[in-house]
Amino acid sequence: MTTHALAAPRIRGYQDLLWTAVTERDEHAAAEVAFSALDDGIDAESVLLDVIAPVQARVGTEWAANRLSVAQEHAASAIAERIIAALAHHPSLRTTPHLGRVTVACVDQEWHVLPARLLAEVLTLRGWQVDFLGAQVPTPHLIGHLHSHGADVVALSSSIPTRLPSAHAAITACQAVGVPVLVGGAAFGPDGRYARLLGADAWEPDARGAARRIADGFPVPYLAGARQQIDDLPHLGDQEYTLVARSRPQLVRAVLAQLESRFPAAAHYTDQQREHTAQDIAHIVDYLGVALYVDDDDLFTGFLAWTAGILDARGVPAGSLRPVLDVLGAELKDFPRSIRLLDQARTVLDVRTAAGHNPGASDDRPALSALHPDH
Amino acid sequence: MAPPKEQIATRTHQRSTSADWAMAPYPVLVADRAGAVVDANPAAVLLLDGAARGTALSASAPSWLVRAHEETTRPSRPAADVDRQVFRGEIGAQSFEAHPTPAQDGNVVWWLVDDTDRRLAEVELATERERTTFLAEASNVLLASLNTDRCMQATAQLASRHIADAAVVIAPAVGRNLPMAYAVGGGAAVRGTVVADPDQVPGLSEALQGFPPVPSRWIDPATLPDWVLPEGFNGPVASASVTPLPGHGVPAGVLILLRSTGSSEFSESEEVFARLFAARAGAALSAARLYAEQSGITRTLMRDLLPPRLHRVNGVEFAGGYQPAAARDRVGGDFYDVHPGSTPDAPSLAVLGDVCGKGLDAAVLTGKIRNTLQALTPMADDHERMLRLLDGALLNSHHTRFATLVMASVQRTGNRVRLRLTSAGHPAPLVVRNDGRVEEIDTRGTLVGALPHIDARTVETYLRPGETCLLYTDGVTEARGGPLGDELFGEERLMRALAECGGMPGQAVVERIQMLASQWLHDGRHDDMALVAITAPQTTHLSAVDGHTRGRYTA
Repeated sequence: MTTHALAAPRIRGYQDLLWTAVTERDEHAAAEVAFSALDDGIDAESVLLDVIAPVQARVGTEWAANRLSVAQEHAASAIAERIIAALAHHPSLRTTPHLGRVTVACVDQEWHVLPARLLAEVLTLRGWQVDFLGAQVPTPHLIGHLHSHGADVVALSSSIPTRLPSAHAAITACQAVGVPVLVGGAAFGPDGRYARLLGADAWEPDARGAARRIADGFPVPYLAGARQQIDDLPHLGDQEYTLVARSRPQLVRAVLAQLESRFPAAAHYTDQQREHTAQDIAHIVDYLGVALYVDDDDLFTGFLAWTAGILDARGVPAGSLRPVLDVLGAELKDFPRSIRLLDQARTVLDVRTAAGHNPGASDDRPALSALHPDH
Repeated sequence: MAPPKEQIATRTHQRSTSADWAMAPYPVLVADRAGAVVDANPAAVLLLDGAARGTALSASAPSWLVRAHEETTRPSRPAADVDRQVFRGEIGAQSFEAHPTPAQDGNVVWWLVDDTDRRLAEVELATERERTTFLAEASNVLLASLNTDRCMQATAQLASRHIADAAVVIAPAVGRNLPMAYAVGGGAAVRGTVVADPDQVPGLSEALQGFPPVPSRWIDPATLPDWVLPEGFNGPVASASVTPLPGHGVPAGVLILLRSTGSSEFSESEEVFARLFAARAGAALSAARLYAEQSGITRTLMRDLLPPRLHRVNGVEFAGGYQPAAARDRVGGDFYDVHPGSTPDAPSLAVLGDVCGKGLDAAVLTGKIRNTLQALTPMADDHERMLRLLDGALLNSHHTRFATLVMASVQRTGNRVRLRLTSAGHPAPLVVRNDGRVEEIDTRGTLVGALPHIDARTVETYLRPGETCLLYTDGVTEARGGPLGDELFGEERLMRALAECGGMPGQAVVERIQMLASQWLHDGRHDDMALVAITAPQTTHLSAVDGHTRGRYTA
C-alpha cells in the first residue's frame, strides 16, 4: 500500500471514504465519493489511479490476509467497475479522440479486468480512440478485431503468471499482423522480465507509464522475418513444458495417492477436502508448468513462498507443501529442468521453516485446502 | 593437321626465347621490374593494342594492370607471394582476371583471363537473389494483415524501398473518394483519401475498374496531377508507371511508381519484377478487401444473434454472461433476453434457453426463438400458453432441433422482487438467499419443439434485497475437467459455489460462476455456457450509478 502511504492527505481521505463504502457494499456512497473528489478539483485520471486503483489493490491484499471474504472481494470489484463506468459517462469528462487508436484487452482466461479497464479510461481521457475488449479475450477475437479495425498498438493485461503461455500466443499473434504490443500486469513479473522474454514491444508497471509509452509511439514490428513463438523460447525444444502440462491430471492423482498413504488422516478427508487438496496440487503443477515455459526458477519459488504465506495467514501448516514437491520430484525424475525447479523450491521452503515461520506438521488438517485462491 | 615443323620453329625463334606461352589460350604478357614489356603473345598483342617488346607497360595496359604490376614487383614483396594474388579489371568492354607468376630476372608473367560472362552471370544471380528475398519478405509483410489500410501502406512502403523512389497505392473509389497510401524512399507510408477524378491520370480509371484488362504502362510525367505526387517527394518526376494490382477476380487497386531525375530509368527486368510484386500486393489487398466485406456482412447478420448486454430494468438488476463453445465463435446455441415490462410496474420477462446443437446453425434457431418469444410477450403472464405457442411454431418450422428454456416474470414489489419461474425441460433456476442457502426452484416442464403437447408448472418466489436468482444452461454443470481432468462441474459444485455468493451484485455472481467453470475446464472443450442473474438490489437507490435511464432496456 505504498500509494496509500505516499498520497496527499486529501487523496488519502477519499481513499478511506471509498474503502469504507466499498467494504460496506454501498454502491451509492462509493459513487458519491468519486464524484465529490471530482467536484473537489481532483482530476479524473487521479480519481481513477490514485483513489479507485489503490482501494482495489487494498481489497486484494486484505483478501490475501484473510480479512475479506470472497463475496466482499467480488462485490468491491463490481462496485469499482460501476463507478468507473459512471465516471466515463460523466459529461464533463468527455474527450474527443485526437490521437491514434489503441486496443486494450485481457489475455485469454484472465478475469481481473480492472487494471485494463483503468488503462482504457486513462487513454480515453488523454485523447486516444480506445477499443476496450474486456476480460478473457480469446486470441482469435483479438486478431479478428485487429484485422477489421486496425490499431496503432495493443495493450495486453495479465495478472496471473499461469496465463503467460496464453499471453505469449497473443503477443506473437498481434505482432504477426503488424501491431506492436505493450503488456502490463503482475503476471509479467515485478520488473517486467517475462514481458521481455516473451518478446513484447514494451512493458510498463502502471497505467501512467503505459499511457506515456504509448504516446512515444512504436516502430512497426519486423514482419519480413516471419518470427515463430519457439524462437523466443528455444528451451521449449525439450518438450518438458508440454509433457508436464499434458500430464497434469496424472500428476495430481499420483500426489493425492501418495499423500493419503503418508498421512493416515488424509484417508478420512471429506470429498470436498479431497477436492480442494487436488485443486491446490493442480495449482502447483500449473505453476511448475509455467516456470518451465519461461524457464525461470524465481517464478516457481516465488509462488511457493507466497503460497506458504497464504497458508500461514489461514493457520494451515505450510510444511504440507514439502511432501507435494517430493512426490512431484519422484514422478518427474526424468525431466532435468523440472527437477531443478523442484529442488530450488524445496530449498526455499526449508530456509523459510528454519527462519521460524509456522513450522507445520503432518497433523490432521486438510493438507492444503486453504491454498486454493478461492479458500 | 599439324602445321609444318619448320614454320613453328621460325615463329618461336622470332617471338621469344622461352615462350611456351605463345600458344597459350589466354593473352600473356611479360614485364620487367621497371615496368617495360618484355614479351607479349599474339593474343595479348591483339587485346592490348601496341603492347610491343621494350615499350612501357603503361602505354598499352589499363591503369589497374599497371598498378597491379607495380604492386607485384615491389622490392619488399616476397617472391613466393607473387602468384597468390589475383587482380581484376576491365579492358575495353570486357572484364579480366590478371594472374601474375614470377619469371626469371624478377620479371612477371601476366596471364589475362576473360571472365566477362561469369561476372555478368554473377551480377544477375545476385540481383535475382535480392529480388527473390525481397518477394519472399514482401509476401510475409503483405500476408500478415487482413486490414486493407495496413495492406495499402505496406504495398506503398515496400515498393518505394525496392522498386522506385516513391510509390502511391490507390484503391477503388468509395463514392467520390479515392483511398490512397503513399511512401517515399522506403519510409513509413501515409494513408489518406482524395476527392479527385481518376481520369486525370492516364490509364488509372481502367486499371481501377479492372476492365478492360490493361498492362502496366508508362505515362508522361508532365501529365501527372499534383494529388498523385506524395508529400516529401523531391524533384521532378523523370519516369512514372501505372501498374494495376490484380486481385482475385476483383480490382484491388493501382500502384503508381515514380522515379526522380537522379535515378536510372526502369529496365525491362525491373518492369517484370514490378509486375511480380504487383501480383502479390494485389492478391493480399483483395484478400483484405474480401475479409472486410465478409466480416462486415457477418457483423450485420450476427448483431441480433449476439447475447444482449443486460442492465437494471424497473428496479431489478439483471446480469448476463455467455461463453460460446468454440473460442472463435461469438454466438452459439444458448441464448437469453430480458423483455422489460410495458410499464415500470408491469413484470419484465427474462428468458434463458438452450437449442440442441452448437455453432452457427444452432445460433440461427436461437434467433427465431427469440423473435417468436418477443412477439409473444403480451401474454407473458401465462408462461404455459407462451410455451405452447412456441412449441407449435417450432414444430411447424423446417428445423428438426428442439430447445429447452426457462422463463422468469420479474416484478419489483416494494423492496422485494416477485418471481414467477417456469422451466421447459431446462435445469431448474437456483436462488441464493442472504443466509447462504441455495434453493432449487421446483419448476418442471416439457422441452419445446419436440412434442405436440406441453406441460409446465410455474412456481412463484420472492427475492429479498441482495438475493439472486440464477438461470443457467447445462454447459455450466456439464463442464468437464477439474484437477483430475475428467470430472463434471456438476450441480452440487455449482450450488456450493453459489452459497458463497450471498449478497453479491448479480454481475459479480455471474462472473464468479463463469470464472469457476472456466478454471474447472482448464482449457478443455466445453459446450455453450449462458448465465442470467436476477437480483433484488441491496439499497433502495434506483439506478444509482449505472448511467442508464431508469427502466430502459438497452440491448
